[in-house]
Amino acid sequence: MSKRNPEYDFAWCPGCGDFGVRRALQVALEGYSTEHEEPQANNVVVAGIGCSGNMVHLVEGEQPFGIHGIHGRTLPISFGVKQGNPELNTVVVAGDGDFLSIGGEHLGPAANRNIDITAVVMDNGVYGLTKGQSSPTTEYGKVTVSTPLGKIENPVSPLKYYMAIGVTFIASYYSSKPRVLAKLIQEAMNHRGFSIVHVQSPCTTYNDTYDILKGKPKEGIKGLAYDIPEDHDPTSEQSANDLLSRPGIPLGVIFKKEGKTLQDRYEELQARAPRRTNDELLDSYLLQR
Amino acid sequence: MDKHDFVIRFAGEGGQGLVTSADALARAAAHAGYFVQTHSTFPSQIMGGPASSQVRISTTPVLSAGDGVDVLVALNQYAYDHHHDDLNPGGVTVYNAEEFDLPEGGNYFGVAADELAKSTGNARAANMVTIGAVAHLIKFKLEEIDGFITQRFTRGRAGDDEIIEANIKAVRLGVDVATTSGFSVGQLQPPNPPDYKQIVITGNAALAMGATAAGLDFYAGYPISPATTVLIWMENNLWGEKRFVHQVASEIEAINAILGAGFAGKKAMTATAGPGFSLMSEGLGLAWMAEIPLVVANVQRGGPATGLPTKSEQSDLYTCLHPAHGDIKMPVLAPGTIEECFYAAALAQNWAERYQGPVILVTEFGLAERGENIRRPDLSKVSQESRATVSEGDTGKRYDSWDGSTPLPGMPIPGGPGAYVANGSEHDEIGDTTHLPHHHVRLMERRFKKLDLLGGAHYEIENADADVIIMPWGSSKGPAREAYNRLREQGEAIGWLYSVALHPLPEEVLSVLKSGKKIIVPELNYLGQWSALLRMEGFDAESITQYTGLPFRPVDLVVSIRDRIGAGVTA
Repeated sequence: MSKRNPEYDFAWCPGCGDFGVRRALQVALEGYSTEHEEPQANNVVVAGIGCSGNMVHLVEGEQPFGIHGIHGRTLPISFGVKQGNPELNTVVVAGDGDFLSIGGEHLGPAANRNIDITAVVMDNGVYGLTKGQSSPTTEYGKVTVSTPLGKIENPVSPLKYYMAIGVTFIASYYSSKPRVLAKLIQEAMNHRGFSIVHVQSPCTTYNDTYDILKGKPKEGIKGLAYDIPEDHDPTSEQSANDLLSRPGIPLGVIFKKEGKTLQDRYEELQARAPRRTNDELLDSYLLQR
Repeated sequence: MDKHDFVIRFAGEGGQGLVTSADALARAAAHAGYFVQTHSTFPSQIMGGPASSQVRISTTPVLSAGDGVDVLVALNQYAYDHHHDDLNPGGVTVYNAEEFDLPEGGNYFGVAADELAKSTGNARAANMVTIGAVAHLIKFKLEEIDGFITQRFTRGRAGDDEIIEANIKAVRLGVDVATTSGFSVGQLQPPNPPDYKQIVITGNAALAMGATAAGLDFYAGYPISPATTVLIWMENNLWGEKRFVHQVASEIEAINAILGAGFAGKKAMTATAGPGFSLMSEGLGLAWMAEIPLVVANVQRGGPATGLPTKSEQSDLYTCLHPAHGDIKMPVLAPGTIEECFYAAALAQNWAERYQGPVILVTEFGLAERGENIRRPDLSKVSQESRATVSEGDTGKRYDSWDGSTPLPGMPIPGGPGAYVANGSEHDEIGDTTHLPHHHVRLMERRFKKLDLLGGAHYEIENADADVIIMPWGSSKGPAREAYNRLREQGEAIGWLYSVALHPLPEEVLSVLKSGKKIIVPELNYLGQWSALLRMEGFDAESITQYTGLPFRPVDLVVSIRDRIGAGVTA
């Protein structure tokens, strides 16, 4: 329940990973605003549809601007926000279904543009809000309500996919340590270009993966998640690809690359673009007699 | 025989310079002080395929493509076979003698344009040979063509003089052939040039120009016939401080990008055609629900599906009014002339700002690429409205209830005060999701009430006391007006009603509709969409439909309107 609005009638299930992501996002937004001495009003959170999409209403304290738009369209909407006003810190929040299934077509163009936005993707391997259907990251063979005989498709490998299409900042984490996740998100916001923080955010109702991610250390069971070794060089494409070829889910910054953003390139074009007043434009059609 | 009006059509294959020829003749005639209007039809392919391009030259402003053809230039046998039936009585065909031959004795003669052009030393002047032949047939003053050629090819380059000389010579060679043939289709009356400044412009360029004049500063688009030239215009011209233009990856990206930009405070637009418009449905619904200003221009082509990408049809009216699911009725502006494209595009921007929501600007292939000389728009008449925003200390909330008795509350802009969530789910005052009945009720009413703010579009009412009233929409205005004028001259007591705004309709137009007269709607679709919508409102309306992909011919409308009168009220 939102503190700012008790009437708001959406709630996540107890234990939902999105609580941790929300906490992290909130800390990151505040941290970013403080760091850059900007008001919270300069932050815009663009949400998709699904459990994750409701995050935009649940951020507490001083409010950012938000859009809770259409399933799958966070990237084109945030493109318009960012290019409409490049001063705005524009953050996408979306689930794995929203970002990688229905919205998958927008990832390539966003990477090609290296648009200066940050996407926080909450991956729970399931469609939660519609009650438990298979999602793009659901593993092969898994039985869900929409795959009663087991999922027939292979799952997408989001991190490898982001690498392949040229996303310039890629981090992976889980929802359990919001303070660390907040630092990663803030680092992603500071990255100039398209940054994605892909977060394992378990669905306690339909796909509870906490134990799989973290293991059971007391019982000597290792989890899938592992801290990225300190000697990993995230500026090296080779190192990033090597890391992603290992089994498990790395925690930390996998890849980062400095480069021109869409806005940088746009300003280069602006400098040599024609500038004509409306009168001059009209007069270019003038009939001479 | 003196005539005030001629139609010259160039028919052949795409890529043979048909549009270039019609355009050159149009510009030469406009240069001489005539009024011109071009019209082209071609298949949806880069080169080849049967195509034609024509120009109508007149001493008075041109309302339509006309009835028939006075001079047909046929560049191949197929073109001759498919167009010569369109010749008016006394019309003449000039055919490409290097491509085919016709038997002796018809109302035609051949020209070896390529060979004659080569003899001038400039093989590229072949279309000027043809234009020379045409000019002789309509007794068009050659000095005017010479003047046009001189102006066109004076480009400050070394070879200008030679090119000008060769082109003028080419015209004379064409004249010689036509003179030898002995044909003439009459004498074009001297021009009656207007005393105001004119521009020669297409509908799409006028639309782009009008939006820009009203302060457009964000454009995202995706190529699609016949809207592509709007994107190209923007990519060439929408530069400068705080402006942004981009070709995005799909129409879905386009609508969502302009939605994000509209939210961020920009005056944003995209232009598309049927298939792209269909893809924008969901985004338009969000813009309506979250109350985001933006403009979508739908340059109609034939539908459904891929339909007829390069033909004219007025079949997207239903979808323009109701593009998305749910209770929605979009504001729709439908310009019917090139000049109206300019002013309606400007007004669409202002409407979007004024009522904080999406506006549909619907035009047609028939307007998009036709060239015309029109009065140079007066920029001082174009207002640049900007949405009300909020200031520090304002107590109102983004989605407060609103009943129209006060000015529409301001819209917070990111970076400023009043943070809220632009929400596609039903929401409360600050944009948080709620499904409580009273919020759905009060915001539904707010969204529809805002439409009352939209007025100021051009409309025409004439002889509204007649029992039968002709009410075209969009580009059918031109041929309908020509038919109306002829019928009036013939003594038919009919009235005229026309509105650029199709929703909401101006009060004055509504009051004519409410007077209970028989309304006849000429429209280019199968369903008779506008008359059906009028009947839905309880008005006595019926359509004259045509779904050939071509515009109405005034002569056909004269016949069908008279049929309706005969069968109807005045019988």
